Amino acid sequence: MIGDLSLLISLPTLGAGVLLFIPTGRRGLLFQSALAFAALTFFWSLGILWRFDSSQGGMQMIERLPWIPFYGIEYLVGVDGLSLFLVLLTAFLGPIVILASWNIGKRVKEYLFLMLLLESGMIGTFLALDLFLFYVFWEIMLVPMYFIIGVWGGPQRIYAALKFVLFTMSGSLLMLVAIIYLAARHFQATQVWSFDLLEIYRLSLPYPEQLWLFGAFALSFAIKVPLFPLHTWLPDAHVEAPTAGSVILAGILLKMGSYGFLRFAIPLFPEAALAAAPLFIALAVVGIVYGALVAMMQEDLKKLVAYSSVSHLGFVMLGLFALNLQGIQGSLYQMLSHGLSTGALFLLVGMIYDRRHTRMIADFGGLWRQLPLFSAFFLVVALSSIALPGLNGFVGEFLILLGAFKAAPLWAVWAATGVILGAIYMLWMVRRVIFGPLDRPENQQLEDMSAREIALLTPILALILFMGIYPQPILSRMKPSVEFMLQRIESKKSSPAFEPPSLLAGLGSGEAGKPGKVEIHRHGS
Amino acid sequence: MEVNLTPLLPAIEVVLTALAVLLLDLFLGERAKGLLAWISVLGSAIAMATGLLLWGSHEGAFQGTVLLDNFGLFFTLLFLGSAIITILSSVHYLKETRILPGEYHALILLSTAGMILMATANDLLLFFLSLETMSIAVYILTGMWRERGQAGEAAMKYFLMGAFATGFLLYGIALIFGATGSTNLSRLSAFLTQPANSWPLFLIAGFFLLLIGLAFKVAAAPFHFWVPDVYEGAPTSVAGFMAVSVKAAAFAVWARIFLSRLAPLEAQWTLPLWAMAILTMTIGNLLAISQTSVKRMLAYSSIAHAGYLLIAVVAAGEDGGAALLFYLLAYALMSLGAFAVVLALKEGERDNEDYSHYAGLGFKRPFLGIAMSLFMLSLAGFPLLAGFTGKFYLFRSAVVAGYTELAIVGALNSVLSAVYYLRVIVMMYMEEGGVEGKSFASSPYLYAAIAITALGTIYLGVAPAPALELSRISFLSLR
Repeated sequence: MIGDLSLLISLPTLGAGVLLFIPTGRRGLLFQSALAFAALTFFWSLGILWRFDSSQGGMQMIERLPWIPFYGIEYLVGVDGLSLFLVLLTAFLGPIVILASWNIGKRVKEYLFLMLLLESGMIGTFLALDLFLFYVFWEIMLVPMYFIIGVWGGPQRIYAALKFVLFTMSGSLLMLVAIIYLAARHFQATQVWSFDLLEIYRLSLPYPEQLWLFGAFALSFAIKVPLFPLHTWLPDAHVEAPTAGSVILAGILLKMGSYGFLRFAIPLFPEAALAAAPLFIALAVVGIVYGALVAMMQEDLKKLVAYSSVSHLGFVMLGLFALNLQGIQGSLYQMLSHGLSTGALFLLVGMIYDRRHTRMIADFGGLWRQLPLFSAFFLVVALSSIALPGLNGFVGEFLILLGAFKAAPLWAVWAATGVILGAIYMLWMVRRVIFGPLDRPENQQLEDMSAREIALLTPILALILFMGIYPQPILSRMKPSVEFMLQRIESKKSSPAFEPPSLLAGLGSGEAGKPGKVEIHRHGS
Repeated sequence: MEVNLTPLLPAIEVVLTALAVLLLDLFLGERAKGLLAWISVLGSAIAMATGLLLWGSHEGAFQGTVLLDNFGLFFTLLFLGSAIITILSSVHYLKETRILPGEYHALILLSTAGMILMATANDLLLFFLSLETMSIAVYILTGMWRERGQAGEAAMKYFLMGAFATGFLLYGIALIFGATGSTNLSRLSAFLTQPANSWPLFLIAGFFLLLIGLAFKVAAAPFHFWVPDVYEGAPTSVAGFMAVSVKAAAFAVWARIFLSRLAPLEAQWTLPLWAMAILTMTIGNLLAISQTSVKRMLAYSSIAHAGYLLIAVVAAGEDGGAALLFYLLAYALMSLGAFAVVLALKEGERDNEDYSHYAGLGFKRPFLGIAMSLFMLSLAGFPLLAGFTGKFYLFRSAVVAGYTELAIVGALNSVLSAVYYLRVIVMMYMEEGGVEGKSFASSPYLYAAIAITALGTIYLGVAPAPALELSRISFLSLR
C-alpha cells in the first residue's frame, strides 16, 4: 500500500516512465501526457493540503519503510507546516513549466522526461525526514537540472551547467560527511544506528562540535540559497538555462537551501546557529543591498531578474536568522512569493525573448502600445516583486523586517534600504521596457500573448493577488510548526550547560571539540 | 597422505577451461573461433556455480597453505564475474584488432586462476606464486595487440615495474620468514600474539616491503607511475580487466594479510597508509582532469579509486573490511561497464578514445549514452548508483573509526572527479559530431556486457542491503 506522500513523490516519475513508451515523433501526445501527470500531481497535492491538520505543529502523514536496515537507513517521509507550502508550490509550478516549454525545439521527449524526474526529486527533498534519504533526493536532483541547462540552454550552457553542479556538489559532499558523523554520534549516544531526523533532533552535542557540523550543513545550503558571496553560479545558471529551467531554479531549487537551514541546520545545531546568526544576518543584508545594486546595472533582462533573486533570498535568510516567529514566518512566506513572482518574471522574459530573440533592455521600449496584455501582466508581476502592499511580496518582506527589527535593528535598517533599491531597479526596468516611445521597427510587429501564455500566467497572477490580500490561511498553517521549531531551539538553549557563546570563542577552542575522533569502537586492538 | 582438492575446485575448473581453450584453438578453423569465447564463459560460469555451492565452507588444504572461506569465495565470484564480462565485451574487439582469440581467452582465464589462488592463499609463498601466475599472464595480455607500437612498450614497462615490485615482495617475505620461521599466515598471527617489544625490527621492515609490493599492484601513489602508459598501450578490454581484477586481487591479499592476520601490527602501518590514501586520491583525480583521452582518464581515475579503497584499509575493522569488499564489487561493475562503452566506439583500426569522439553519442546511440552516463555518475558518486553507496560505506567506516579527515578529503576528491566524469556526459549530450559507435546488431555480446554492468550498478545503488550483508559476512569469515 503506497501512502499519500509517496504517491505524490512518485506520480511525476510514473509520468516520466509513461513518456518512454510514447514515440518520439508524437510531440503533442508527449506534452499532453507530461501535462496530465503534472496536473495530477498538483491535484493530489491539493488533497494533501485538504487533509493537513493545521492545529498540529509536528510531522503528519508519516510513512516509514526499512531500506538498509543494518545501518538504520529508512525511507521516511512526512509533512509539516514548514514543508507543506513548498511542496504545493512545486506541484503548482509543475504544469506551468511544462506549458511554458511548448516551444522547446529539440529532443522534446528527453526534456519532458527530465522535467518530471526533477519534480519528483524536488518534492522528495521537501518531504524526506531521513537524513540519508534527504541527501539522496538533494543530490539526485542535480542530474536532471544539469542536463536541462546543459542540453537546452543558451550559448554558454556547458560552462553554466558544470559550474552549477560543482558548486552544489562541493557543499553537499561535505554535508554527507557531516550526516555520517551525526549518525555516528547518535549511535554513540544510543547504541542504535539511525538517520531518522526526528531521532537525531534529540541528540545534544557540545558546542564546538556543533559549530563544525553546522558549518558543513550551512555551507551546502548557503551555496544553494545562494548567500552572498557564494552566489556566483546563480547568474550564469539562470541566464543560460531555458525559461522553464530558470523558473524551476528560482522558484524551487533556491528554496531548498533556505528550507535546509530551517529543517536541518538550525534545529539540529541550535547553539551554533544562534552564535552564527550575526554573521548570517550580516551576509544576508550585504546580499540584499549588493544584489539590488548589481541588478540595477544590468542590461540583460534575465540577468537583472537573476540578481534580484540574490537580493530577495537575502531577505529570506535575514528572516530565518532573526530566529523569531515573525522572521521565520515571513521568510517562509517570502520563499513562496519569490517563487511566484520571480517565476512569473522569468516566464515573461522568456515570452518576450521568444518573440524578439534578445533580452537586452535597450532593445525594447514602448511595448505598452503593441502588447497591452503582456505589459499589464509584466507590470503587476514587477510590482509584486517590489513588494507593493496588497500583493504577495509585501507580506513576507514586512514580516521579515518586523522580525529583524526585534533581533538586529541596525541591520534591519540597512535591509529596508534594499526594499527601496528593489523598487528603483524594477521600476526603472519597467519604464525602459514597457513605457516610452515605441521607436524600434522590430517591436512594432510583435504579437500579444497567446491563449497558452495567458493560461499559464493567470493562475500565478491569481495567487499573487490572493497571497497579498488574504495571507491568513497560509500563515495560520505555518504557525504551529514554526512555533514548534522555535520551542525546540528554546529548550536546547535553556539547558543548564548552555551559556550564550560567541562564534570566535567557539572556533578558537576548537581543539577540544574538533570532530576528529569519534571513539566509538576502534578496531584491531 | 590424502589430498583434499575441494577448496581448489574453482581454480582447477578455470585452469582446465583454459587448457581446453588452448587445445581446441589448434583444431578449430578460423570461422569457428567464436566458440572459444563461449567455452571460456561456460567454464567460468561452472566455476562460479561451484563457488556458490561451496559457500559457507571453511576448509584448508595442503597443510594449511590454502584456506577456502567465504572471503575467498567472495573474491572468486568477483574475479570470475569480471572475467566473464571482459570476455563478452572483447569478442568484437578481438576480431578488429586481430588479437589471437585462443591465447587471449586462455590468458584471461589463467590470470583469473592466479587471482583466485591469491584470494584463498593462507601462506606467503603460495600467495607469491599465485601473484606471479596472475602477473605473467597479464604482462602478455598487455602486449597482445602486437600491430600497435605502444603495445610492446606498455608490456615491457609493466613487466619491468612488476619485476621490481616482485623484488620488494620477495625480500619482504624473506625477512618475515627470517623473523618468525614460517610463511604460514596462521602461524604468523600466532607469533604476533607475543608482546610487541619482542618482535624483531626486521619483521616490521619485512611487512613494509610487502606493503610496498602490494602498493605497486594496486597502483597507489607514489607507486602509480606505470599505470597510464600501461593502460594506454594495453588492449582496452585488458585495461578494464587490469583496473578491476588485478586491483581487486591485490586488495584481497591486502585485506587477508593486513586487516585480519596482522591486525596487531595496525599501529605500525596506519600512518603511512593514511598518507598514501590521501596522496593517491588527490594525485589520481588531479591528473585525470587534464586528460584528453577517455581511456587515459579512466586509467588515472582507477588510481583515484585505489585511494578511496585505501580509506577502508586505514579504517580497518569489520566496517572497513566490509566497505572495502563492497566498494570493490561496485567499482568492478561501473569500471568494467565504462571500459566496455569505450570498446563500443572502436571502428576498425581506430580506437576513438578521445573525448571529442564521444560528441553526440548520447543521441546517436541512446543505450550507450545512458549506460555511459550511469557509469560516469556512479564513478563520481551520485546517489542511487553503486558508486555512491560504496563511497557512503567507505566514508562511514572512516568516520566510525575516527578518521573523519579521510572522509572529508574523500568528499572533496569526489568533487574534483566530477569535473572529468561529467565532461564525458557533456560530450555525449551537449556537443555534436563524434563517431557513430557500434550498433546492437553488430556487437550483441558487448551490449550484453554493458547491460549487465549497468543493471548491477543500479541494483547496488537502489537496494544495497543484500550485497552489503554479503560483503560483511565474507569479511567476517576471515576471523
